[in-house]
Amino acid sequence: MAEPIIQFKKLNKWYGNAFHVLRDIDLDVAKGERIVICGPSGSGKSTLIRCINRLEEHQQGQLIVDGTELSDDVKAIEKVRREVGMVFQQFNLFPHLTVLENLTLAPMWVNGTPKKEAEERALQQLSRVRIAEQALKYPLQLSGGQQQRVAIARALCLTPKIMLFDEPTSALDPEMIKEVLDVMTELAKGGITMVCVTHEMGFAKAVADRVIFMDQGQIVEENTPHEFFNAPKSERTKDFLSKILGH
Amino acid sequence: MIEARTPPPRRREWTLRSRALRGVLYQVLAIALIAGAVWFLAHNTLENMRVRGIQSGFDFLLQPAGFDIGETMFPYESSDAYWRAFGIGVANTLRVALLGIVLTTILGTLLGVGRFSPNALVRGLCYGYVEMFRNIPVLLQLMAWYLLLTEVLPDPGSPLTLGGAVFLSKGGLSFPVPEWAPGHGWAVLGALAGVGASRFYAAAARRRFEATGIPRSTWLPVLGFIVVGAALGWLLGGAPEGWRFPESGEAAVTGGGEISPEFMAVLIGLTLYTSSFVAEVVRAGIQSVPRGQVEAANALGLPRGRQMRLVVLPQALRVIIPPMTNQYLNLTKNSSLAVAIGYPDVVSISNTALNQTGRAVECIAIIMGVYLFTSLSTSAFMNWYNRRAAIKER
Amino acid sequence: MADSFKVIPPRIAPVNTEGLIPWARANLFGSPLNAVTTLALLAFFVWFGPIALNWLFFKAVWVPNFDTCQAARGSGACWGVVAEKYRVIIFGRYPLDQQWRPEAAMVALLGLLVASCVRPFWKPWLALLWLAVLALTFALMGGGVMGLSRVPTDRWGGLPLTIMLATLAVVFAFPIAVLVALGRRSELPAIRTFCVIYVELIRGVPLISVLFMASFMFPLFMPPGTQIDVLLRVLVGITLFSAAYMAEIVRGGLQALPKGQLEAADTLGLSYWQAQRKIVLPQALALVVPSMMNSFIALFKDTSLVTIVSLYELTGAMGLALNGDADWRPFKIEAYLFIAAIYFTICFAMSRYSLWIEKQLRRSTNR
Repeated sequence: MAEPIIQFKKLNKWYGNAFHVLRDIDLDVAKGERIVICGPSGSGKSTLIRCINRLEEHQQGQLIVDGTELSDDVKAIEKVRREVGMVFQQFNLFPHLTVLENLTLAPMWVNGTPKKEAEERALQQLSRVRIAEQALKYPLQLSGGQQQRVAIARALCLTPKIMLFDEPTSALDPEMIKEVLDVMTELAKGGITMVCVTHEMGFAKAVADRVIFMDQGQIVEENTPHEFFNAPKSERTKDFLSKILGH
Repeated sequence: MIEARTPPPRRREWTLRSRALRGVLYQVLAIALIAGAVWFLAHNTLENMRVRGIQSGFDFLLQPAGFDIGETMFPYESSDAYWRAFGIGVANTLRVALLGIVLTTILGTLLGVGRFSPNALVRGLCYGYVEMFRNIPVLLQLMAWYLLLTEVLPDPGSPLTLGGAVFLSKGGLSFPVPEWAPGHGWAVLGALAGVGASRFYAAAARRRFEATGIPRSTWLPVLGFIVVGAALGWLLGGAPEGWRFPESGEAAVTGGGEISPEFMAVLIGLTLYTSSFVAEVVRAGIQSVPRGQVEAANALGLPRGRQMRLVVLPQALRVIIPPMTNQYLNLTKNSSLAVAIGYPDVVSISNTALNQTGRAVECIAIIMGVYLFTSLSTSAFMNWYNRRAAIKER
Repeated sequence: MADSFKVIPPRIAPVNTEGLIPWARANLFGSPLNAVTTLALLAFFVWFGPIALNWLFFKAVWVPNFDTCQAARGSGACWGVVAEKYRVIIFGRYPLDQQWRPEAAMVALLGLLVASCVRPFWKPWLALLWLAVLALTFALMGGGVMGLSRVPTDRWGGLPLTIMLATLAVVFAFPIAVLVALGRRSELPAIRTFCVIYVELIRGVPLISVLFMASFMFPLFMPPGTQIDVLLRVLVGITLFSAAYMAEIVRGGLQALPKGQLEAADTLGLSYWQAQRKIVLPQALALVVPSMMNSFIALFKDTSLVTIVSLYELTGAMGLALNGDADWRPFKIEAYLFIAAIYFTICFAMSRYSLWIEKQLRRSTNR
């Protein structure tokens, strides 16, 4: 078996001294695997994936991403951030730059890509998410769904090996959720490693290789979607699923 | 399908209860009231002036002023006309205001950024500075600085000195200035040429970066261009080397460039007071950039310096600049308090003129005109800037 | 099916992140630059601190003895000047034997202001209380009633005058500000133009010019022969000045109110003035309370300018107290520090209160 691309080894994180937000996390993600993490709010799922690109620091245990162990070492962090792309719930596009400039900023200033090449790649990614015609507009001139697709394209411009999604559709109006999920589904089919925190169970059923349920900082259950939704093992999982699939 | 058409023409209804008629009635009433009040005030004013024998009109501006002015930026005698005296006043106001604005921006920005320093002592000091200087009236601060400069400093006969070239005493600050020769004019031209050259260089560097992806730092070469340009100009102009040094005499320091204690008091007081407000403006601006922007920049791998320059500062500046301009205007308006210290700004000179000629209305109108002009032009510029720099939304 | 999942109980973090030492390590010595800065600043305090403390406290002279003060000049502050002159500084030129009157007036006004800040007093009868206390203040300061001797307004001065001016200016400026703000949003062009001109004119010029205008031009505007009291002139100037700035603040509040409020009022059949009084103004004014507090703090500081037009409030009274007295004049710096401390205490307290009010209002609007 090939070495997993993400390895959590007894990872623990605290906020302050008393709030134990991630407890003994053991998780391996294989290359090309698509993971969906779900759970009630406050369960630590966003914190977990934000540890992967060091937006959050862990205090105990190990986290190894594509062979590099994450620690305070700045070089290691930079190396990992080049391999990992992230899409945020609030899009976080840069409002003072056009869509095209949003996408070429990192390739030009982090990777040293010449402008023409960066723009070509950017337009390629924009076509991939089907929004190439908005390249010269400003983010706040677009709808929520369009902005999130631009955010996905922006992360893809750095050709990451891993894509992280932190509740990408939670801030969108219902009619725009589909366009973003379609893009994510297409992306998944392309073979990239994906770790996605979401409430969209339809997406999980269709795309995920594994579904992970977290509660109160620990992984309660992980299984294939089929097993997870039809035969959950833990009482807590059953309780959660009844709440979220009920209506 | 119904196609879009243009709307029919509007017709107003003029019944007694229509809003249009009511609106016109109210306005007529308001205008009548205001006109009546203005007539009443004007009538009284003319009566009073007649009774007291006060002349009116701006013709007094052509008469000789008859008073000396302590600090002048261009030549002035007491036999010169009033309009020249006012001109000196405006020049003095501008002098202290512009210098104050530059110093305040620097100090205020440092203090505002210092509130985010990783060092808790620096944070605390910046916070303490802001609270202390904000809560004391500016007039009191100006008077206190004037008192310090005129009581604590030594007499002009035995000044503090730095290297025998700079002297500080109750009489003010004296420092060496270059003897103005054509060569200095050439040096200034050279510096300007350097600025022009650096613009070309910056554009070329940017093109290089876009073509190859290798960024080049531009501030060092820019500085180099300006310095080299100035040096070349100076050489071409004959390399003038004359300096005027101040001499410390029996009772006073003479020669060289001089700054009066009044000017220093006003400058220091205004700068320290206004920078506490500017610090707050800068702090609010930096805080206004959502954390998500920094997180996204981090996730993209941008290092901290580039994050600041490319993502945080452009957004923060848009929030900072309008209130910052407001503070500049406040500083300019506060410079009017120089009248309490004896610095001859436009209010001070207008006050003297008013007391001498009795033309209260005209003198006050001149003061208000000068300040109104400054404020309105700054507001117009601000509006233009806001429209241009605004983040484009739907 | 048995629950295959075991709960992991929460534990305490292995490395202590709270407490003084970790905080100091992070905030004072976090990086080499950080540590160097901390050490440099501490060195500066160690060098400068004792000098300042000696001058301020330990070597300072506390008795109003002119000779002792002169002997200690340079090494110790002369707080004796405060002990000697505080009555003139705080009460100005008010007749010495009647100084209990401005003292009582000041206490009454301060009491009123502080009471108005706390919740238990936010009742309808507060307005009546204001009228009563203001009337009492005038009676005490001016005299001529209740058997008190008359004291002309140009003898009023010092801290009571500062507080009176600030309070009266706010009381009168507020209704003017509301009317001007409403007028600026009016659909009637004449009224709107007049309000815009008023606001832009006043905001574009310094307070000193408005005070000059009030001081020199106000008497010209009245029919010949009428004497305008100096206090009234100054009050009119400050009021008109603050009203323009407050009008902008109120206008901001009116703009921040969602349009739906006015629309709802219209559909309920309320007239313009009813809608303003009952729906729009209560909400808009609550929105701008923090800004209004800042406005009041600025006004309080601006009262110091009336010195320039010969009304001797706190700053001017200090000049009066010391300029004429050759003995005590060298110790003006100590007197400056004294009144700076008074201003600072009052303004700082007000700004803390303003933050508290903001928090209260935010709590009441958040669900």
